Amino acid sequence: MTKAFKIVVLAKQVPDTRNVGKNAMKEDGTVNRAALPAIFNPEDMNALEQALRIKDKFPGSEVKLLTMGPSRAADIIREGLFRGADGGVLLTDRKFAGADTLATSYALSMAIRKMQPDIIIAGRQAIDGDTAQVGPQVAEKLDYPQVTYAEEIVGFENGKLIIKRRLERGVEVVSTPVPVVITVHATAPDCRPRNAKQLLKYKYARTLTEEQDNEHNSYLPILSLDYLRIPEWGVNDVGGDETSYGLSGSPTKVKKIENIVFQAKESKRLSASEEDIDSLIKELISSHTIG
Amino acid sequence: MNNIIVFIETDNGKLCDVSLELMTKGRQLASALKCDLEALLIGHEVSSLKEELYQYGAKKVHIAEDPKLEYFRTLPYAAITINLFKQEQPQIALFGATSIGRDLAPRVSSALKSGLTADCTSLEIGNHTDTKSGREYKDLLYQIRPAFGGNIIATIINPDCRPQMATVREGVMKKEALSHYSAGETNEIDVNSILSDTDLVVEIIERHIEEKKIDIKGAPIIVAGGFGVGSRENFKLVFDLAKVLGAEVGASRAAVDAGFADHARQIGQTGVTVRPKLFISVGISGQIQHTAGMDQAAMIISINNDPNAPIHQLADYAIIGDLNEIVPKMIKSYKKNSK
Repeated sequence: MTKAFKIVVLAKQVPDTRNVGKNAMKEDGTVNRAALPAIFNPEDMNALEQALRIKDKFPGSEVKLLTMGPSRAADIIREGLFRGADGGVLLTDRKFAGADTLATSYALSMAIRKMQPDIIIAGRQAIDGDTAQVGPQVAEKLDYPQVTYAEEIVGFENGKLIIKRRLERGVEVVSTPVPVVITVHATAPDCRPRNAKQLLKYKYARTLTEEQDNEHNSYLPILSLDYLRIPEWGVNDVGGDETSYGLSGSPTKVKKIENIVFQAKESKRLSASEEDIDSLIKELISSHTIG
Repeated sequence: MNNIIVFIETDNGKLCDVSLELMTKGRQLASALKCDLEALLIGHEVSSLKEELYQYGAKKVHIAEDPKLEYFRTLPYAAITINLFKQEQPQIALFGATSIGRDLAPRVSSALKSGLTADCTSLEIGNHTDTKSGREYKDLLYQIRPAFGGNIIATIINPDCRPQMATVREGVMKKEALSHYSAGETNEIDVNSILSDTDLVVEIIERHIEEKKIDIKGAPIIVAGGFGVGSRENFKLVFDLAKVLGAEVGASRAAVDAGFADHARQIGQTGVTVRPKLFISVGISGQIQHTAGMDQAAMIISINNDPNAPIHQLADYAIIGDLNEIVPKMIKSYKKNSK
């Protein structure tokens, strides 16, 4: 039996919050976001690997990335192409700005409707918010089942995908019909590295915006090749209810943001006295580092 | 009507701590809002657990019992929860930030087009004035959580949508039963009138609940011990501190080679690389092969009796002294000052 799947991988470009070292701090002790590198969300990489493994196992399958973000998020699509994906779409529009997880999920679900995949795979959560909400919310918007915390997509039997899930204290194996939304856990295998052939093929993949932004575009002739054009979709391309996008489609609002103020970079020497240790612990609790 | 509903999780016929912690918090919120606290209990043969929920202040327990609901599955649990929330219109709904709660709550919030805040560390009631429209909102749920890798604390509100939904991790809220309570009401949910075949398409083939895997890579807080800890027995100190802080235990290569800790805990060039928000180093000298695996931690506390140990150079806080004295003092101080 041969079966080929159309797979969409949801991937997000995130600031590398795990790497908030001392040099990413401003003088007042708050985070300098601009100093943080933008990276491919780590669990979305695990998700991409699962998608590529399905493609390896079921020849003829197709893997496309879908990412929502500003123009520079096209990097995410290119990174996916370098590692073995067949294409991707950048969902970008000013009208998406200010979206919480629900409005984000709505936008992604509208793009997915247009792409018509059998399987949607995303990382469990993104490191800038750690909410793990977008996967399940996309599934609900599409009225598809969801399988969260996948560690391995084991196979396809009797028309159903067999998936191993990682739970807090164990594993569970489930079967699900397609279409389905799967979220992948960090314990799943790491993504394969870039592939030299893919890298050469897609090195000049660009969105229209990127091409127009670059005045000294020495590789323009190559851009006549269709596969090098990364499509950009906005609200007009995916349709839907305008008030469900962006800020107006977001039920949650941020009332207040407090920066955690970090201590000076110099290391502070403490004695083993009860007072010193007590004041350190109190400080850690009040800065929400512990507790 | 417009009460607070807590989604209750059970494990092997017992109520989970996280659910009882949410009941305790829910009780405070209900008293501030002058409304009732209710619980939603889904499972197979779970109805006897309602007594304990009354002890935690539930005025009403909604029960959905059926063999099909023995183990958590998203679609049937979501169908029952969504149906109940539509009917009861709670103003607040709380879920544990567990593998179940973090799977179920977003699906429910999407179906109800209501806002959800994950992993809250604090929940309070307060007012809000919309700066644009000038509209006043009374008695909203402030959902307070760290974001941006723990570098900021955000207060989130859902001014217009109900229920206001939040998840909270285990151990964040206090758990306290009432000393005096009276049995409340029960609402038996008619499961079969709610579930359809499409809710049952995902099937569980196998389940293995096993010992927790050691996962120091993903831990936000790590307490790591070195050769200076002295023995496998004394490594218990490191585990004790990790336990009270909700941290994972790591070790240097010297400690692993000496047999004080398992290899899965080794941090450094020949072990794993970690980037937690807090790294507490206990009796580790700080050789490069170890520090290469932990120097990206957002904050480092070092404990070593050698003032010249290289680990102190790396630390935000360097405590010079005997770890056998310092670690128990830290545990004592934390117990005294937390919550």
